[in-house]
Amino acid sequence: MEIIKDKQVVNDSWQVLRLHEGDAADSIAVPQGNYLVPLPVWNCQWEALCGRRELGLWLGGLERAEDIPDDVNRFPVIAIDIHKFTDGRGYTLAYRLRKQYGYRGELRAMGDVLLDQLSYLKRVGFDSFALRADQNLQRALSGFDTFSVKYQASVDVAAPLFNRVARGVA
Amino acid sequence: MYHYDDFDHQLTAERVDQFRDQVRRRLSGELKEDDFRVLRLQNGIYMQVHGYMMRIAIPYGLASSAQVHKLAHIARTYDRGYGHLSTRQNIQFNWLRLEDTPEILAELATVEMHANQTSGSCIRSITSDELAGVVRDEVTDPRPFAEILRQWSTFHPEFAFLPRKFKVSVSGASEDRAATEINDVGVQVLKNAQGELGFRILVGGGLGRTPIIGQELVAFLPWQHLLTYLEAIVRVYNEFGRRDNLYKARIKILVQAIGIDEFRRQVEAEWQLHKDGPSTLTAAEVARVTAAFSTPAYEILPQLDASFEAAQRDDKAFANWVRRNVTAHKVDGYAAVWLSLKHPGQAPGDISADQLDVVAALADHYSFGELRISHLQNLVLADVKQSELYALWQEAKAAGLATPNIGLLTDIVCCPGADFCTLANARSISLAKAINERFEDYDFLHDIGDIDLNISGCVNACGHHHVAHIGILGVDKSGEEWYQVTIGGNKGTPAAIGKIIGRSFSFAQIPEVISRLLQVYVRERDEGERFIDTLRRIGHEPFKTFVYAEQVAEEAKLLLPDYEALQVGVPYELPYFSPRF
Ligand code: SF4
Repeated sequence: MEIIKDKQVVNDSWQVLRLHEGDAADSIAVPQGNYLVPLPVWNCQWEALCGRRELGLWLGGLERAEDIPDDVNRFPVIAIDIHKFTDGRGYTLAYRLRKQYGYRGELRAMGDVLLDQLSYLKRVGFDSFALRADQNLQRALSGFDTFSVKYQASVDVAAPLFNRVARGVA
Repeated sequence: MYHYDDFDHQLTAERVDQFRDQVRRRLSGELKEDDFRVLRLQNGIYMQVHGYMMRIAIPYGLASSAQVHKLAHIARTYDRGYGHLSTRQNIQFNWLRLEDTPEILAELATVEMHANQTSGSCIRSITSDELAGVVRDEVTDPRPFAEILRQWSTFHPEFAFLPRKFKVSVSGASEDRAATEINDVGVQVLKNAQGELGFRILVGGGLGRTPIIGQELVAFLPWQHLLTYLEAIVRVYNEFGRRDNLYKARIKILVQAIGIDEFRRQVEAEWQLHKDGPSTLTAAEVARVTAAFSTPAYEILPQLDASFEAAQRDDKAFANWVRRNVTAHKVDGYAAVWLSLKHPGQAPGDISADQLDVVAALADHYSFGELRISHLQNLVLADVKQSELYALWQEAKAAGLATPNIGLLTDIVCCPGADFCTLANARSISLAKAINERFEDYDFLHDIGDIDLNISGCVNACGHHHVAHIGILGVDKSGEEWYQVTIGGNKGTPAAIGKIIGRSFSFAQIPEVISRLLQVYVRERDEGERFIDTLRRIGHEPFKTFVYAEQVAEEAKLLLPDYEALQVGVPYELPYFSPRF
């Protein structure tokens, strides 16, 4: 599958493990390979999985920050599933992962991810994007630099504009 | 007023480019309406009954004459020659074509204007006191903080997709003219006992289906922490506000559900993570923005101007206007003036392109080139010399802007209603017109004095009927339009939610119902007592009893099929679209 990573279209081999009807978080088998494991599965099967360095984690919009494991930096990839692009919880979750939990690995937005949202997603700390299937990835690349001026602080800039530059007399 | 520096200009230009591209993709079919809808709403664009509406931001209600001339030009070039002022100090154009909207934004950008976040589930355009900077009861001018909040909230990457819209207003005076108690967050600028500047923060106010007065979140927040504290509030809301039900998604519902104490605990815990961090406001930034609102070059004048006094004695019509539409200024020899947009026969808050040009010229001539939009849908010239009031009055009168009714019964606040909005159960604008015609007599209106009458076309309450002394709400009963009457609401200091007096009335009964409410007031009032004070003293019962004592007659004229304020067809083919969403 093609995704955007570090502002480039790349091929990506991460697979997403999903819980379907009848699957239980404590018993579902986690296949070998690069899988993004849902948080409930990770939390239930933690002891069995913690040796598997090749696994990543994915979070839905509903997770509370306190359910997230402390050692986030053990995951090479954490994905946040944006089930509907108008649901902004993923933005705050990403912000928390970066600013509060100090996560340094790849932070991926997946699901209902549209090219018009990329500049905001990038600002709150996402650096890879598995866009909705109908999105034009080449066009999406230009979406990152929509705004060169950023009034407020976020993950990308630590200080608001007034603390970063000398502004003229208004 | 605040003028853009290079950064502000750059960002505004980038926004225009972004939206131009989005509209192009929409028109080519590359972007589907479901995806585009949110993008256009964040640029203030609604799809309405007749076409596209754009709500242009007038941050905290302050505009320059150049900006107002530009609005006149837009009204003429792209619309049908008029605009509509909203209760959040914005201006709306109702008859636009989508393909013109990027060009309109580009034209606005040339005069430092935009339509950013005037709609959508984000932090909306910030409102403030229409008399900021000129009244004596002010602790400090709230506008610099409103501007600082405007910048902080503009394109905030984390808060573009909140559960629902998020409204903030800022007030700095003892009388609250910014409705801080009915906003999602109300910011009251004040000083503590040590004379230090800070804010009292209210949260969870709002009208709509569940009218609630905001509660105090913090009694005194030192000014440095404004941004970090608000960010904590919005972050908690973004995480925990309900998203399963549109009508339960505002922050007021969250605050009610967990209680103000628990909400405060969560906000404080979040705030501790960022308090004193890089987003802490600096004295330099506050000084920079405050300098933009420095007082104009007032002349040294006597406290009272003799010619102004004489003109009031000689010209009764002028004196009537002064009594209602002119208010005291903190500087001797000056006054603040309301230009009324509640002319009989005109939809409340509507203003034509020619009138926009006239008021811009009046602002240039009489008031340092600036004017303000009031949240009751009128205009304010804030810095007029008393000696020039008579000349100003004559010019305003010629343009139909001098109706002497500010604060009177006919200064009606009303939502667009069935003439524009698909959610409406009722014809708000037509009803406002009917009431205006029934109570045309100025002596009678002056005798009744201060009274707030608001009309909402449906339960979404865009006309703020809950906080009016007399509120009228359009309701639907098995497909028929009915009107419910509430009394005893109040919009500020202290705000109060009105109570329903009883079963609903027909359109043609409403003027008579209002007349009966006024008759009770006239019968019961003490010397100098306002309607709302009499009502508070004697309670709702006497009003209710008198209104329902005898059958209320329907006004014959209002039953005629062609009685309409606006002759517009209402083809409801579109799904719901209203200024509400
Ligand atoms: S949604 Fe608002 S504008 Fe439309 S009828 Fe209801 S109250 Fe009026």
